[in-house]
Amino acid sequence: MTIRFRLVAQAVAVLIAIIAIVLIPSVIELFAMMQLTLFAAMAVLALSLAFIWGFGGILSFGQTAFFGLGGYAYAISAINFQDSTPSILLAIIIPALFAAILGYFIFFGRISDVYLGVITLTVTLILFNCVNSTSGDEYRIGKALLGGFNGMPAVPTFNVPFYPDQILSPEQSWWVTGGTLLGIFLLLRLLLSLPAGRVIVAVRENEVRASLLGYDPRKVKLLTFILSGAIAGLAGALYVNWGAFVGPTIFSLSLSAEIIIWITVGGLGTLLGPIVGCVLIEYIVAYIGSQQALNSNLVLGAVLVVFVLLLPKGLVPTARDLLMRLVPAPKPKAQLADEQLPPAVAASHMAGAE
Amino acid sequence: MAIYLIVALDVLNGISSLFLLCLGLAIIFGMMKIINLAHGEFIMLGAYATVISANAGVNIWIAMLVVAPLFVGLVGLVIERCLIRFLYGRLVDSMLATWGLSLLIIGIVTTIYGNTQQGVPTPLGGFSIGSYQSSYYTLFLAGMAVVMMAVVYGVMSYTRFGLIARATMQNPAMAATLGVNPARVYMSTFAVGAAITGLAGGLLAPVSGITPGMGGAYVAKAFMTVVGGGAAILSGTMSAASLFGAVNQVGAFFTTPVYGEVLVFTAAIVLIRLLPQGISGRFFKGNL
Repeated sequence: MTIRFRLVAQAVAVLIAIIAIVLIPSVIELFAMMQLTLFAAMAVLALSLAFIWGFGGILSFGQTAFFGLGGYAYAISAINFQDSTPSILLAIIIPALFAAILGYFIFFGRISDVYLGVITLTVTLILFNCVNSTSGDEYRIGKALLGGFNGMPAVPTFNVPFYPDQILSPEQSWWVTGGTLLGIFLLLRLLLSLPAGRVIVAVRENEVRASLLGYDPRKVKLLTFILSGAIAGLAGALYVNWGAFVGPTIFSLSLSAEIIIWITVGGLGTLLGPIVGCVLIEYIVAYIGSQQALNSNLVLGAVLVVFVLLLPKGLVPTARDLLMRLVPAPKPKAQLADEQLPPAVAASHMAGAE
Repeated sequence: MAIYLIVALDVLNGISSLFLLCLGLAIIFGMMKIINLAHGEFIMLGAYATVISANAGVNIWIAMLVVAPLFVGLVGLVIERCLIRFLYGRLVDSMLATWGLSLLIIGIVTTIYGNTQQGVPTPLGGFSIGSYQSSYYTLFLAGMAVVMMAVVYGVMSYTRFGLIARATMQNPAMAATLGVNPARVYMSTFAVGAAITGLAGGLLAPVSGITPGMGGAYVAKAFMTVVGGGAAILSGTMSAASLFGAVNQVGAFFTTPVYGEVLVFTAAIVLIRLLPQGISGRFFKGNL
């Protein structure tokens, strides 16, 4: 009964989200909608890291490497083809390929935690340095001038698939971005509820046990990493579509840090939390930027420190726990069942329950 | 001929500044398994302490060698008491919290001093080899690196504090049963690591542009050198600093400084892939 209730509740939530995405352009002003489009693109990026960090147990300090590669891949091919249809595909495929190579190197070399952090961080720095030094006419790919630290302005934005002359209006861009966010969210939710998702969580919980059960943790982690890289690349294309611009700061460490802050604030090990954290933090940063009274680094840093020390679970899990406490659940049976399950399955149960 | 001497000096300079930059982080990581991502900001604070006190009329040497380490050491002490001590044994949380801390410090310094570049003139003069110019300050930095290495080695090997620190590092529970308070050892180690980092910041103040965001340029390099060096504080850091410093300078000499950096990063990735325990995990096991 509880499972059916949960399914109905989730279906209702998805319906509400779809209606909200459809109706938002007719309710709010253009500027606010543009901002929401940016937040949605960033939230896709947040989801990509939330997936490998929260469920795969892989903390990548260089998620912006894939985000930036996706952005640049989109920009370069959009300028060359003047059509966004193949460009979006490339923005997914190239970061995924890069993730495959890097992930093979990392996971099949059995490199873990801190070392993985160093490698992802340095890869991001390499990309930043290389792209940053491409100013000058000799650095061009086809018709696209890379432009060094000035970046590439006037990148063609999304058009209706296969109709290059029908550029999407801001409303349509919002529908695409918001719809992609919802789609990725549902895709990851679906994946995590499938046996494959259970295996990913099992590897996070205990690699040795998972491999004794016949799964290859290296392969599982590599596939997780590739999927996350592809999602981050897609987020990069959405981001470039929003601003019609891409520059090397897309690879910057501060953006990498910001993604980690979103997830910490929203709640690690959930999919909803990072979206909430992303929108909240980005809104605060935008608000501070318009006020000029406080430095945004100051606020972001303070928020991160406070959350790590006082609210390490993040907003969404804390809110969920509070709700659970408010509704005294008369189901000792279910709790008993939860306790009898091995920790990995119980944890994934918790993760799916938000 | 002269050009080789100059390149050799550059390599020496690269190695010694990298070693100075990493030593504080290596001590904190080696002793407590805490990655302090606010390391770059400790360097920045040391540089600011030097510049501001030097511009206020303090002798530049006192500003560099006394004011900077004292100030940053104090800051480190406060941070350990208020933040780090809750995070021992939680590696990822400690990285997150210190990353937040680094943003916080950048924000505070930007609010107070603004986002402008500051500087002090380089003390000591220059000399010329053939048609090339170099400065005595380069040699001074190399000398300081040697002195710091000797001091850390001496303190760790021959003093009671060093003995207690090494014991706590090896086995905190055992040290505690013998009457050592690990919390106090950790506190003082963190403060000492911060002070050494502040000293490095002070020493590099005359030769680098000082802005609130300057730490970002160092933290990744220091992080990678310490992890590449492995668990042994001195031999690990020294060997990794030598490798990366040399690769950086030689690469920069043959290509551009940007590709020199790219080469170092690539070298770091290859090194970690080949020696996952760091250089000292393979070659200097059990050394200091």
